[in-house]
Amino acid sequence: MQIVVIGGGICGSLIVRELSHLQDVSAILIEGKSDVGQGVTKANSAIVHGGYDDPHGTMRASLCVRGNGMFPQLCEELNVPFKRTGSLVVAKDASDEIEQIENLLANGKKNGIEGLRIVGAEELRRIEPHLSDEYAFALHCSSAGITEPWMIAIAAVNLATMNGARVITGNPVKGGKVCEGRVKEVWLESGMRIPADCVINATGVHFQEVASLFGIETPPVSLRRGEYIILDKLVGDMVKTVIFPVPTEEGKGKLVLPTVDGGVLIGPTSEELDSHALEDVSTTDRGLREVLSSADSLVPGISRFNWVVRSFAGLRPDTEERDFFIKTDNEVKNFITVGSIRSPGLTAAPAIAELVVDEMITDVLNTSFKKKERVVSRLPRTERINELPFSKIAEMIDDDPLHGKIVCQCNEVSEREIINAIREGATTVDGVKFRTRAGFGRCQASFCGWRIVQILSRELGIELSEVRMNEKEAWILDGKVRP
Amino acid sequence: MRNIRTDVLVIGGGAGGMAAAVSAAKEGAHVILLEREDTIGGVLNQCIHNGFGLQFYQQELTGPEFSYKLENELKEKDVHVVCGSYVRHVDFASSTAYVLSSSGVQKIEAGAIVIATGARERPFGALLIPGDRPAGILPAGLAQRYVNLENHLPGKRALILGSGDIGLIMARRLTLEGMEVVAVVERMPFPGGLTRNVVQCLEDFGIPLHLSHTVTQVRGKGRLERVEVSQVDKEFNPVPGTAKHFDVDTLILSAGLIPHIEDYVRDLSTDPVNKGLSVSNTCETTVRGTFAAGNNVAIFDLVDYVAAEGWIAGRHAAFRALGKARESVRIPVVRKGMVGALVPNMVDPQEHLRIYLRVKTPMDKGKIVLEELGIEKDFVYAVPSEMIQLVVNRDKFEKMNGADSLTVEVLP
Repeated sequence: MQIVVIGGGICGSLIVRELSHLQDVSAILIEGKSDVGQGVTKANSAIVHGGYDDPHGTMRASLCVRGNGMFPQLCEELNVPFKRTGSLVVAKDASDEIEQIENLLANGKKNGIEGLRIVGAEELRRIEPHLSDEYAFALHCSSAGITEPWMIAIAAVNLATMNGARVITGNPVKGGKVCEGRVKEVWLESGMRIPADCVINATGVHFQEVASLFGIETPPVSLRRGEYIILDKLVGDMVKTVIFPVPTEEGKGKLVLPTVDGGVLIGPTSEELDSHALEDVSTTDRGLREVLSSADSLVPGISRFNWVVRSFAGLRPDTEERDFFIKTDNEVKNFITVGSIRSPGLTAAPAIAELVVDEMITDVLNTSFKKKERVVSRLPRTERINELPFSKIAEMIDDDPLHGKIVCQCNEVSEREIINAIREGATTVDGVKFRTRAGFGRCQASFCGWRIVQILSRELGIELSEVRMNEKEAWILDGKVRP
Repeated sequence: MRNIRTDVLVIGGGAGGMAAAVSAAKEGAHVILLEREDTIGGVLNQCIHNGFGLQFYQQELTGPEFSYKLENELKEKDVHVVCGSYVRHVDFASSTAYVLSSSGVQKIEAGAIVIATGARERPFGALLIPGDRPAGILPAGLAQRYVNLENHLPGKRALILGSGDIGLIMARRLTLEGMEVVAVVERMPFPGGLTRNVVQCLEDFGIPLHLSHTVTQVRGKGRLERVEVSQVDKEFNPVPGTAKHFDVDTLILSAGLIPHIEDYVRDLSTDPVNKGLSVSNTCETTVRGTFAAGNNVAIFDLVDYVAAEGWIAGRHAAFRALGKARESVRIPVVRKGMVGALVPNMVDPQEHLRIYLRVKTPMDKGKIVLEELGIEKDFVYAVPSEMIQLVVNRDKFEKMNGADSLTVEVLP
């Protein structure tokens, strides 16, 4: 059986990881971009949600709660950071906000969430001493947490590859052969034709577009863009939990939260875009100003200009139903769309992968799969110098001097970590950045950018001018100054 | 892990750190100098233009020549230089640094520490310019490194944001190496760099300088394709209807240098205007035995000033380490009037005082007043981009009469 997964975001990656555990299954992951985890997966709030605000009875509510429970083990196996920081929905002492908090609590209880309770002003101040005095109480959810979503995709794909899955990147799907109500082949831009017994469409904002390449209709995609700002680690101490305002019609609102590497993330805005703007992750002047001012109203003084490290925007796919659209097509019966993975898609992703593989694919192919007897279920631990004590680093340098050669000083990333990332599949500056955090810090690679380009060129055996930031248009250097 | 003891530990091997190491060694101290790059010299290595050294060496030198001279002095004085090293942590209470390098980890206990970590460039991310996030946007210093040391051009057609000295110098450099520089834009109503650089790097090459303008949007799929430039008002808000577009594949940023001190701000006091470490006229920080000099104190115009300050820091660090330092009071230095950046922030009246200051806005004429000392000095024409230097002999402090602060004021 050959199962083709289109899309190397968090859902596609976790699906292919599950598939790689199955006997007699050949799993292939196809990613149009040059690397996995670089679409919706890399540009969101990076929160593992509790699941109290997703309306009871929706698919997203049940998958979110289930997914949340799967995170500790998932991140352990993938060697990806996950911190249960807890979250707060903070409210002012006004009747409408009190009512909203009570509604969230009730909904959360219906969704089966434990560790959900209302905290008063005093405790709120203890949890978040820098929170604005205007907030009088909050809904605390102890199961919420933070992670690095792109690393989940990268690690899941690495693990899947170790278990025999094939991964094709930088080669978008152009169409396929459909006959007798089944997809027979998936065609790639390069001309490659891949025979398929089952196809999973996990293409983020592109789910409608990709389905249509196979003549399949899905509900129309609607797009929401969120703009974010990353703040310096110097303010990392100011926030301990994920802080939400009370939600509005547009979504969860603009938050303030810690990042797993010690910085702070603020945002997002929530702006409806034209459904054709599938690649528009540009930021706007208005959006960035809004992000700064709303962060300041939650945590006064946090959004000082000198603490801004970077801004970015991400897209969230949705449909009119405002729920996930995870469905086997009625006519093309071996085509499963994992679409409209809106918030809380990151949290739900492991549960979605389980649902797709254990139930839907089994149904489509009308067979039950046996697990391989031996699989690599844990990614070997790659050490980050940054997380190790001095004495341990001493031993490692004795073993390999490149551990002591720090390339990215902001995030303390060694040359060995960068070389390892390249050997594990990074082919671009962003590939290195997202795997190692080199260049993610406050200087934004002002100091180490040239070193990373140099190491990529050396390790990949390419010219400096052939090194890319991410996609093939994103060249970094023109030719030589003189021969 | 190796445990090492030294009299003076210097962190940073640029002009300030090298000068500090040499002067400390001259006073008889054993000195270790830590540099993170594989070669010593810091940014001097890539500043291949001339204009350095007129004050410190009384001759005009290129950056590498300036560095070479200091390097020779380091060798003469047997300063122990560790390149490719990374300071993970400094414990100021015990004056101990924890250092990584490819030869292992070291715990260095020092009699005194000089921090000479220089500055970093304000990166694109910190500017909050809306639009896409394409390749082809880079700080001027990184562009300079690519062109001068790595032998590669960063693109074909560039616009430069910010008229700081590095931006101006790169406008000329990129033009000479065959790139087209379409314009330099500066959000202030006056240039950010030295007048001589505006003339020699822009006017001589016919590169337009747009003052009171900034980049309001960047566009490009993969690589930069287009930059939108708008006029700004006094609050730096874009003026609607003034947007112009430039089709360029490269945006070079010369949007300011930031003292590189983040690893130390929890332990040492900083000055809110300079945004660097607070120091006295002996270059000592608020922690006894810890000194700082150069662009991590304030952004200086000239490497000569940085080296001169480093020299003083090294000397006093040696005194401190060798037990020769005099105990003294330190009086705060207070800004008044049109004073912007100002070094030092504290004064030890037993030592000479060198004041470096910037005016807040261009002034045709004015005077510097040191109220408590009864000193007044007139000047003609001052701009924020050019520091004014004023030396006060320590004898003059007799007039202080126990005043508890020294006021530095600039009046029109």
